[in-house]
Amino acid sequence: MTDLRACVGEGRASDEPLELALYARDAGVAVGRADAVCFPGSGAEIAAAVRVARRHGRPFVARGSGTGLAGGSTPLGDPVVIVTTQMNRVLEVDAQTCVAWVEPGVLNLDLSREVAPLGLHYAPDPSSQQACTIGGNVGTNAGGPHCLSEGVTSAHILAVDVVLPDGTEARLGSLAPDAPGYDLRGCFVGSEGTMGIATRIAVRLTPDPPCVATILCAFDSVEAAAATVSGVIAAGVLPAALEMMDARITQAVEDFVGAGYPRDAQAVLLVEVDGLEGGVATQVDAISSVARTNGATLVRVAADDAERALLWKGRKSAFGAIARIAPDYYLHDAVVPRTKLVDVLRRVYEIADAHELIVMNVFHAGDGNLHPLLVFDRREPGIWDRVYAAGTEILDACLDAGGVLTGEHGVGIEKRDLMARMFSVDDLDAQARLRDAFDPDGAANPQKVLPSGSRCGELQRVPDGTWI
Amino acid sequence: MTTPPDTNRALDIAPVGARTHWEVGGPPVAGATEVRAPVGVLAYEPADMTITVGAGTTFDELDRVLAEQGQQCALDPRSRAATVGGILACGLSGPRRLRHGPVRDHVLEVRFETGDGRLVKGGGPTVKNVTGYDLPRLFVGSLGTIGVLHQATLRCRPRPVRSQWFTGVDTARAFRPAARLWDGRREAVLLEGVDVDVEAEGRGLAALAAPPRFPDGPHRGRISVAPGAVRACAAALTRTPSESASAPGEVRWCAELGVGTIHVAADDAAALARARSVAHAHGGWMLREAGGSAADDGYGCALPNAALMRRVKDAFDPAGKLNRGRLPLGAVHA
Repeated sequence: MTDLRACVGEGRASDEPLELALYARDAGVAVGRADAVCFPGSGAEIAAAVRVARRHGRPFVARGSGTGLAGGSTPLGDPVVIVTTQMNRVLEVDAQTCVAWVEPGVLNLDLSREVAPLGLHYAPDPSSQQACTIGGNVGTNAGGPHCLSEGVTSAHILAVDVVLPDGTEARLGSLAPDAPGYDLRGCFVGSEGTMGIATRIAVRLTPDPPCVATILCAFDSVEAAAATVSGVIAAGVLPAALEMMDARITQAVEDFVGAGYPRDAQAVLLVEVDGLEGGVATQVDAISSVARTNGATLVRVAADDAERALLWKGRKSAFGAIARIAPDYYLHDAVVPRTKLVDVLRRVYEIADAHELIVMNVFHAGDGNLHPLLVFDRREPGIWDRVYAAGTEILDACLDAGGVLTGEHGVGIEKRDLMARMFSVDDLDAQARLRDAFDPDGAANPQKVLPSGSRCGELQRVPDGTWI
Repeated sequence: MTTPPDTNRALDIAPVGARTHWEVGGPPVAGATEVRAPVGVLAYEPADMTITVGAGTTFDELDRVLAEQGQQCALDPRSRAATVGGILACGLSGPRRLRHGPVRDHVLEVRFETGDGRLVKGGGPTVKNVTGYDLPRLFVGSLGTIGVLHQATLRCRPRPVRSQWFTGVDTARAFRPAARLWDGRREAVLLEGVDVDVEAEGRGLAALAAPPRFPDGPHRGRISVAPGAVRACAAALTRTPSESASAPGEVRWCAELGVGTIHVAADDAAALARARSVAHAHGGWMLREAGGSAADDGYGCALPNAALMRRVKDAFDPAGKLNRGRLPLGAVHA
């Protein structure tokens, strides 16, 4: 602690039980144990904190706001938790080249607000964007509704200054296109803190579109809504965002914020298209036509910005609204090919029914990115076993349909032991070797992403308490 | 430059596509065993906007198949004969990266064979995926030094209804154009979209009958500078009259505005070397694409994070079999 205080300053490092408890988990369900927690104010302090941890034989875990849902920043192996929230400055904005340098603790929405007067925004917009940090977004390669047309975080990160797990500093990527050598920037983004800590991030900013249209479509069945999603993509339209909510979540949202969604719909789609006027009009027509062909009971284009904002407020408040249904929820994140949405959603409801659980669906339908929410009350005996079993079956159904384990939340600890369902022994070994190239001692966020035993025949040299 | 015939079945392995990028990063060592990837479309579901192809499939074939369904994948290699494997290995993006993103953002899943003979899958077949480490992005631009690509799944997009190049003085005002080029004489902008938008955005500009061409010549390279430095760097490539008597030959160039890439070509190797020094003076580097001399290999600057890159290389190719002699690890071809 003395060494840690020496590098980040008195009052910015703690081993008080209350503080440690606060940082023992993120927004997921796994709980770990921090050995110490610190709040560095600069990249140099992060580097110093990493070196202190390593000198004392401790691993370290980076953390932003702790909004992650997969346990990615849950401290395991008694690490030093390095919290980046004090580093929340937008350092430079170049409106000409649409680049901003930011510290890792800048909140996602704060960045977009700061550059809004320049007619720019930061495109990835996770539902937690009011609270989550850009550093955390880099860690998980975060998504969001508008990633359908703009791509997830990695497509918006040009360069990252990092502290590598050995405590040295490096710049990965560059403002100039295609930095020499391997795309280490690409490896780092989405590595969930297992390859080091970002201290400065160069993000690409996106010009605001001159024209935006938001369409609300309602349907009598989830199948009709899902068929509309597949139909829109098949018609050659790639909206800016294409979100779906089922009846339960729609009603919960209406009770919560009164966003103007129809309460009697079995499913609603929120579709946004943007760009130039002609293209927007063409896409609105195409989407409306596909929706009506699939039996939409309502197709309404938001009349003005206020109505648009309200519709989006409803979508982004979905998780808050669930508290009105049951005290706890377990949120999954998986992706299926867009052509399989109808079948997979039907399976999701069947699985929940079989386990006598309530499932709600609110998700990035255009990407095929499902977020089935199992709501429950943890006081009910045996409920966790049913929630866990149903969740695993849902993920299996997604994989069987040609999908993947996670689309934007990350593997963390939650899906670590499911990795073998998607990857072969050799696939996992290759990933483990890549991680080892960055972090040969397994000091950065240990026991995450890869299951123990990922390294072929090398278990004997794995340090105690990290991978086994 | 040609590779000598494979006579001694050496340990060295060199993946081969269409050889359209063959000199990028320097030729592989003599005697390397050449291997070729499977050819053809393995899976294409237009309604998912994803396509899986053998790495030996040419861009021409890929684009033809996608066009039949009104889709595209904006890899845009310099030659349509280039293979998907070659495009991914070199990671050299076309000018439409300004709007559509670089090559690395189009790749969803890769399956490649590592130097120690393991078939490895990275990424996943869906349009969104963060499961595990991003091996597809690691592969893109690795110049065949971490694995031999077997197949790749690519993200497709709707093909624009209309695509038209324009020229004029004010190409900057177009909203998110597909590409912007400047060759020192004129600026050109590629507008994509529905007719009414392309016509509205193109008002005040002159339509070009044919797309601008990148400079060609026996000696070619690709400069990378920060987008904010691209005009100054490109302008510095043009010799001033006072220099012309003694300076080496002319450098022909075309700059991608908003991106930071400058395509350069020359008739003599000395001119290419001069282009590289101009790139350095503007905080960038130049990758040799063709011609030049062996001394022009590498980026002409110290490779950043070389030790870490070496460990990455060793992780996938512990015996160093793959494309020995090529970048990215050798700063200078030996």
